[in-house]
Amino acid sequence: MNENAIYRPEQHAIYQPKNRSLKWLEVRLPILSLAHSSFVAYPTPRNLNYWWAFGAILSFLLGAQIVTGVVLAMHYTPHVDHAFNSVEHIMRDVNWGWLLRYAHAVGASMFFLAAYVHMFRGLYYGSYKDPREVLWILGVIILLLMIMTGFMGYVLPWGQMSFWAATVITNLFSAIPVFGESIVTWLWGGYSVGNPTLNRFYSLHYLLPFVILGVVVLHVWALHVSGQNNPAGVEPRSKQETVPFTPHATIKDLFLTVVFCILYAWFVFYLPNYLGHPDNNIPANPSVTPTHIVPEWYYLPFYAILRAVPNKLLGVLFLMASIVILAFVPWLDTSKVRSASYRPLYRQFFWVFAAVCVGLGWLGSKPAEGNYVLAARVLTAWYFIHFLIILPLLGLVERPKPLPASISEATLRKAPGAAVASGAAAPER
Amino acid sequence: MTATTASAEPTRRDFLYIATATAGAAALAASVWPLVSQMNPDQSTIAAGAPIEVDLTPVAEGQVIKVFWRGKPIFIDHRTPKEIKEARDVDWHTLPDPQSDEARVKEGHDQWLILIGICTHLGCIPLAHQGDYDGWFCPCHGSQYDTAGRIRRGPAPANLALPPYAFLSDTKIRIG
Amino acid sequence: MSGTSKICALALAGALAVLGITAAGAEESEIPPRVEWSFAGPFGIYDEAQLQRGFKIYREVCQACHALSLLSFRNLADPGGPGFSPAQVKAIAAEYKITDGPNDQGEMFERPGRPADHFPSPYPNEQAGRAAHNGVLPPDLSVITKARGYERGFPWFVFDIFTQYQEEGPDYVVALLQGYENPPPGFSMPEGAQYNKYFPGHALQMPPILTDGQVEYTDGTPADVPHYAQDVTAFLQWAAEPHLVARKRVGLQVMIFLVVFAGLLYFTKKKVWSSVPGHA
Repeated sequence: MNENAIYRPEQHAIYQPKNRSLKWLEVRLPILSLAHSSFVAYPTPRNLNYWWAFGAILSFLLGAQIVTGVVLAMHYTPHVDHAFNSVEHIMRDVNWGWLLRYAHAVGASMFFLAAYVHMFRGLYYGSYKDPREVLWILGVIILLLMIMTGFMGYVLPWGQMSFWAATVITNLFSAIPVFGESIVTWLWGGYSVGNPTLNRFYSLHYLLPFVILGVVVLHVWALHVSGQNNPAGVEPRSKQETVPFTPHATIKDLFLTVVFCILYAWFVFYLPNYLGHPDNNIPANPSVTPTHIVPEWYYLPFYAILRAVPNKLLGVLFLMASIVILAFVPWLDTSKVRSASYRPLYRQFFWVFAAVCVGLGWLGSKPAEGNYVLAARVLTAWYFIHFLIILPLLGLVERPKPLPASISEATLRKAPGAAVASGAAAPER
Repeated sequence: MTATTASAEPTRRDFLYIATATAGAAALAASVWPLVSQMNPDQSTIAAGAPIEVDLTPVAEGQVIKVFWRGKPIFIDHRTPKEIKEARDVDWHTLPDPQSDEARVKEGHDQWLILIGICTHLGCIPLAHQGDYDGWFCPCHGSQYDTAGRIRRGPAPANLALPPYAFLSDTKIRIG
Repeated sequence: MSGTSKICALALAGALAVLGITAAGAEESEIPPRVEWSFAGPFGIYDEAQLQRGFKIYREVCQACHALSLLSFRNLADPGGPGFSPAQVKAIAAEYKITDGPNDQGEMFERPGRPADHFPSPYPNEQAGRAAHNGVLPPDLSVITKARGYERGFPWFVFDIFTQYQEEGPDYVVALLQGYENPPPGFSMPEGAQYNKYFPGHALQMPPILTDGQVEYTDGTPADVPHYAQDVTAFLQWAAEPHLVARKRVGLQVMIFLVVFAGLLYFTKKKVWSSVPGHA
């Protein structure tokens, strides 16, 4: 990539406040010009499609989760004797408590849904490639933090699934040789999952979202340094190939966020318990394990991978590897072409991979027996083959379609009739 | 904005923008309301704050008992004739918070003084039968109340408040 | 991504077909039949008369063994519920003995219930409940319709998102109450258990408790087991989800608003982007 040819954010005029007191502030803390260059003037490739709105949707969801979570914490009691009843107290007695609690519980699912779409978009359009590797890795870190936060949040209502999820997941660490048992005892703060465990999970569940927020800031920072990728996968080369973030991207993102909220509200108001498990309405009982222990749907693919491996330590390692491997994708993918639009073979393998993930998810919800295990093994193998063999190999053997010389050409190719004199009618702020 | 299509129909475009912005503001306001409202007393707290009934028979003359209603201490003071006299002999018009003793008790039940036991200064609980006026003395900042619970000296601005209550019979009251 | 959606669909269908084969042959409990509930669907509301009948059955039949501890008497007068008046609630509450205390002598005492009280448990503690029932504690019924259900399986769980079917719990409870049968030959029944075709494992410790005519109905509803089962289940669904009516009502308002707002934003977006080439 020729660095000099890329149109970069810094080339925009620096914002100068007109108001006197704002000028006073600007000299001492240039926060206005920072906000302006980040969220107003920031040049956005003009050919972004709706899949690019999921970053905004995720920001909205993170905010919604933090706000509803802080409010729920005002009524929740992190004690094994009171946790279940305090959640029911929220549902029954607190003003709008049912709404806040369902919004938070469903919000977690929506968060993962949007994050997965966001990730698959990145995989499809090669958004992890040079110069966006750090941006992508920060995203993987956010995913890891989300997994931890979501898991600990699920434990808090202290139902049967909460308790046994806590038991099973913390027991993963017992697979570590020599130190495993001590680590698990340390995690629990006791000799089994109990009140100390619940208390620390509550503390961390409150903390981690703010850590996520911090990494999100880095993620957005990295994004604004390298600029956004786009469906064509070629960098914008002139001001004419970009639009200012505000109002163009802002209004588009807002529109998609509201559309996403329709889905969110559908679940909150009409199917609030659909994504949960009935067993979590039974108070935690350390003496009885539910017949089928299933995690929340968003962990199911990882859970299927864990169970597909017959060895305990290896199972845990495969589980970890299935997430960590994502961080290496920028180097595992050897293709010079970013967008799957110009990679006919990769495009097909992408969809096979997506189907494999869905299949793993479905298998994760099934009992680990018979053909289910066999299928889970096949799909687990494919999951890793995709990253370790197909991605490196495809870059070498695939013959990509000719790349457009510019974003303008890409849009022209797509809609030949529309906007002939594209360069002339560029938007101005 | 460019001047090409946008300025052709400024009123229609403006209307669209205003409608969208209004809807957005409405959405914001509607979402904020549950977040504010949830801090108000919840249904169980409100139900627990229902009126309580207190039997006065065990309270001897000269004795003050403390009961709790809505988390607040309620003083039930069975006053002696001396205390009643003290409360009535004073020229109440000259007091910091002028109020007659008659106005602070229920007619025909002059011996029963029912007060919210919270100092009107900053919320401490005054001590009974202490201070220069035989009434209440607040240990926090030295406010002194008389045998009718009226402020006489100190930083408190008002008399001890009266809870809503009624006599169900001569020996039973309902507070709340 | 439009061109590739076909491949996506194919891949997905292929994967699911492979998995579909493996899905055959695991389930064993019978699927409870669907019941027409007044509270189902986007406009669902509780039927006051039904909840009142259900409450009567709970009081006269279930209460002897099952607690309802998350519910307070005052809830019976809450909007969207059985619609008892505050005076009725006071009278109902007063029929219960509540253990309170300790008093000034340091002793616990019993007093008549007040609307703010929770329904008292039939047992002083969990162990007492077990001891009284062959070692098995009759479950608290406060959230029972949300704590029970049955596996919907593929593809039904996908359709449920669109049809808003989420009454697996109530359907299961109704079916269970009427699901007693003679055990099939060769079924080894644990002591004290009853064969129930809907109960996972079929050996249910609860005996068939409802009989025709057992509870008097004054509103003309047939006093038979099918009606008893439905009415008490509706009551328990309300107990588990007391704000369902408000939730669905607010939901409708939110939905209408969001669709209008999304429409406005769409046209605003179009307007803003109208000057960008390729985005007419």
